[in-house]
Amino acid sequence: MATRPITGEERAFMTGNEVVAWAALAAGADIMYGYPITPQNEIMHYWTRMAPKYGRGFLQTEDEISAGFATVGGVLAGKRAFTATAGPGNVLMQEAMAMAEMMRLPTVVVVTQRGGPSTATVIYSQQELNLTCFGGNGEGLRIVYSPSSHDELFLYTIKAFNSAWKYRFPTFVLGDGYQSKMREPVTIFDPETRGITMEPCRPMVGLPGLPGEEREPAHLRNTYNLEEELYEVLMKAIKAYDSVAPQVMEWDVYAVDDAELLIIAHGVVSRAARAAVAVLRERGYKAGYFRPITLRPFPAEPLRPLAGRARHILVVESAYGQLKRQVQAGLYGISTPVTGYLRPGMGITLEEIVEFVHEKELI
Amino acid sequence: MAIAVQPQMPRVWRLETKPHKFCPGCGHGIVLKALGEAIDALGIQERTIFGCDIGCSLLSWDFFNLDTVQTHHGRTTPVLVGIKRARPELVVVSYMGDGGAYAIGAQHLVSSAARNDLVTIIVVNNTVYAMTGGQMAPTTLPGQKTETTPYGRDAGLTGRPILGPELVAAIAPPGAYVARGSIANIVQLKNFIQKGLQNQVEGRGIAFIEALSSCPTNWHTNAAATWRFVEEEMTAYFPIGEFRTPDEKPSGRLREVPPRGL
Ligand SMILES: Cc1ncc(C[n+]2csc(CCOP(=O)(O)OP(=O)(O)O)c2C)c(N)n1
Ligand code: SF4
Repeated sequence: MATRPITGEERAFMTGNEVVAWAALAAGADIMYGYPITPQNEIMHYWTRMAPKYGRGFLQTEDEISAGFATVGGVLAGKRAFTATAGPGNVLMQEAMAMAEMMRLPTVVVVTQRGGPSTATVIYSQQELNLTCFGGNGEGLRIVYSPSSHDELFLYTIKAFNSAWKYRFPTFVLGDGYQSKMREPVTIFDPETRGITMEPCRPMVGLPGLPGEEREPAHLRNTYNLEEELYEVLMKAIKAYDSVAPQVMEWDVYAVDDAELLIIAHGVVSRAARAAVAVLRERGYKAGYFRPITLRPFPAEPLRPLAGRARHILVVESAYGQLKRQVQAGLYGISTPVTGYLRPGMGITLEEIVEFVHEKELI
Repeated sequence: MAIAVQPQMPRVWRLETKPHKFCPGCGHGIVLKALGEAIDALGIQERTIFGCDIGCSLLSWDFFNLDTVQTHHGRTTPVLVGIKRARPELVVVSYMGDGGAYAIGAQHLVSSAARNDLVTIIVVNNTVYAMTGGQMAPTTLPGQKTETTPYGRDAGLTGRPILGPELVAAIAPPGAYVARGSIANIVQLKNFIQKGLQNQVEGRGIAFIEALSSCPTNWHTNAAATWRFVEEEMTAYFPIGEFRTPDEKPSGRLREVPPRGL
């Protein structure tokens, strides 16, 4: 049976869902657990076609509660397990992800955001930011990547498996419906050829040896009896999260050095934002662009000096202020005014952004 | 003079929303016709609440002149149970696909059956998750190809198709009505659905009717192959008939439990 799905590098023209399936294969993912939901379905479709050829597994569960918990189980067994979902499925999965957070389990979830709330549309949105970053009953000790292109979708899906196992926090790739269904050129590659070594996985249960005699039994728990006990465990996890956050944080900037207007966006919308900045620059306006690649941990530190220098900040998102709130929290104490171009569940074009900038006289 | 013959539509059908939104050859329309005729026959239009799931059943959200709730995938039954408990005089119909009933909503089905909730549940079994593009369903037949079983369903890996009526019949207390019909026999199907509604009206217990149905779009079948699949392959696995009637004692060791305080 073949083991390496990609040798070296290959150019391809494919949909985002296909990219995710290839990335998971290339990353050496062992098994996917999933429940159908649009716009994520084709990740499962491609995976079920390719996985048997490379000795990888798949189980279609009865719902997302089950898919999330089965992924937890796969991870406990020491496998590079993952799942993918969207919208109401993402809601159901939070129960399992809260457990993964508590137990520091390296789960990987690819979220293909669709319109919300509730079932809403199956098309597109950026409204699952709050849910994905903070959706569980807990403190949101997660890593959330927001890719903007198919190349990044490939890269960050692979990276998600590595970050999850390296830092041991639930890790999410927060894509969206447009990325899922859109075709664009992409370079797919074997991680090794780019010097990426996959973090080793290790089982947390089912270890060799007779438990109680040859080894300590694994007694993993998610329940604590005493306030003090829980507090201690949580503070340890929070400290670990805070200490790795600077290594995990990623962001992208363009034309920021002298920017008077700083446009902030994430995911596919950032492509329109970047293009809008280019147009504004052509017209002689000092616009710049900042994109958080990790939404959790949020890269507030690198953003603060740029925001402090700017005269105005514009947050552009296909949600009603989910990113804007993160930005404002991160910029607390900085007096630069923040405006939002907020279009929940709607795609955003560069022309709209440029027009909005002129109309509101932000520059 | 030529007289245009109009097909007979149940009175409760909402004409403004016809022709309906299902694909040509889809079984949903036939099941909804049987339901419409049963409601007409019982004269309960005024007090019937229709609930539909996510899945192709959602396309029926404005199908009837009935108060209708379209809710979450798998959660239709609890929504209708909530209505019924609050307003027992209403007649509630929970309408969904096999995925909504036997996968994501299975816990609700089991619990409703165990409680003998006064609801009438109609499950459209088309052996696939139709709305999301034809993935494996709990009722996909062994060997059947779907988007998530591209090499055919391997029952050793994914389990055998769920027999819904048999399941409900085994766990529901006395008073339940359980049957399986097919779009291939609309008269019988209507009769089953009518008995299911009657069971609720008389307050005897849960009513559960599965309807074998077609999905040419996701099966990729023409008319002949569609009917052959429903009439031959599906019925070979999913037997048609009544599994429980309210006057009949349940099989197994189910007994009426006398109420007891804690
Ligand atoms: C929580 C949640 N998970 C997944 C979905 C996506 N979804 C919509 S319809 C459907 C399947 C429907 O199949 P079935 O219940 O068999 O009905 P059919 O479409 O075949 O009539 C799924 C999985 C959803 N809407 N909500
Ligand atoms: S996809 Fe299948 S079940 Fe859905 S409307 Fe079309 S034929 Fe009917």
